[in-house]
Amino acid sequence: MAFDSGLAVLVLGVAVWTIAARDTFAAVVGFVAYGLLLALAWVRLAAPDVALTEAAIGSGVTGGLLIGASTRLRRTETAAAGEEPGPTLRLAAAVLCGLVSAGLAAIVLMLPEPAPTLAPQAAANIAATGLGNPVTAVLMAYRAIDTLLETVVLLLALVGVWSLAPDRVWGGFPGPRHHADPDGVLTFIAQLLVPLGILVGIHIFWVGSVAPGGEFQGATILAAMWILAMMAGLVDAPPVSRRWLRLLLIAGPAVFFAIGLAGFAMAGAFLAYPVEYAKLLIVTIEIPVTLSIAATLALLVAGPPERAPHR
Amino acid sequence: MSLALDALTTLAVSVGAFFFLAGTVGLLRFPDALSRLHALTKADNLGLGLVVLGLLFQVEGPFAALKLISVWLLTLLAGATVTQLIARTARPGGPPV
Repeated sequence: MAFDSGLAVLVLGVAVWTIAARDTFAAVVGFVAYGLLLALAWVRLAAPDVALTEAAIGSGVTGGLLIGASTRLRRTETAAAGEEPGPTLRLAAAVLCGLVSAGLAAIVLMLPEPAPTLAPQAAANIAATGLGNPVTAVLMAYRAIDTLLETVVLLLALVGVWSLAPDRVWGGFPGPRHHADPDGVLTFIAQLLVPLGILVGIHIFWVGSVAPGGEFQGATILAAMWILAMMAGLVDAPPVSRRWLRLLLIAGPAVFFAIGLAGFAMAGAFLAYPVEYAKLLIVTIEIPVTLSIAATLALLVAGPPERAPHR
Repeated sequence: MSLALDALTTLAVSVGAFFFLAGTVGLLRFPDALSRLHALTKADNLGLGLVVLGLLFQVEGPFAALKLISVWLLTLLAGATVTQLIARTARPGGPPV
């Protein structure tokens, strides 16, 4: 009880600090700490799947993206500081935020006790999906269309990042080229860590059907290993115009969509699976989806193309 | 027996927590990025190592113990790699080319 109260106070404190921080970079650091504390809160609420996702994507990848953004903004930050909004606008923003918070709080406090839930029905039908982890069953069977759209949204985000590239480097290599000393410590430990990390990523993905884990969490670890290999200079980022890269990026959503359409013929509805093949089809979707998410996340962090492709 | 094990756990985890505290104080007080990284690795290596050691007295079987030790080893490896990456960027004169 004391631990939970302390955690709640800490989460709120870090959240307020993040909003109040003047420096963008400091605010990003606060945001990452906030995400990790939130992951701890999810563990205390017995939701390890959500905790893993929050730590990996909410805090890890998003934190990495925000650090990149704050570094890019640093040059213009002092100029932008002179254009702070006036007191009226700030007051209006504060009132609006207060109203939204009060509205949300009122809705949560007015929920009937016990809250309406579909959990018993979901648990009763889980055997039909062939999965042992109810969270994966919800993501891949009951709410598969949400997951399909999430993979598409990630792809759109990457297209948005790539579109920031100037014309002369279009289709080129994302980010700067990192160089490694072949005899250096970094090269050695990075070569040791990357294969182990890939193994852990595949494990987290694979156990997702029966235990906490799944494609998003596993894919984040795979993406982190690719980013690490790029940053340590072991490999260069591929030019974004490479055909294999683009096929890898769309493989997940494409297979997901194709099997979803096949659901019309096999089970009479979009994204419906025939019971006897449910698990097989779900795994067939999950493998390319994991690879696509991993590639998308890694390239999101790598950023827009900065170096022209070799002609 | 279980009392002795509990005492060992409390001792090891407390010493581990002390290293985390010391690492955090170092992170906040040391003057430059490289010394701050040095302080941080003490929390990772010794702090987490002692916490894992303390928890080893409480595990059910050898598989759980192996899992805990793997968590520590992986953290060591990941921590060392990231520290190298940060130190490379932070060192005077920038990263080697």
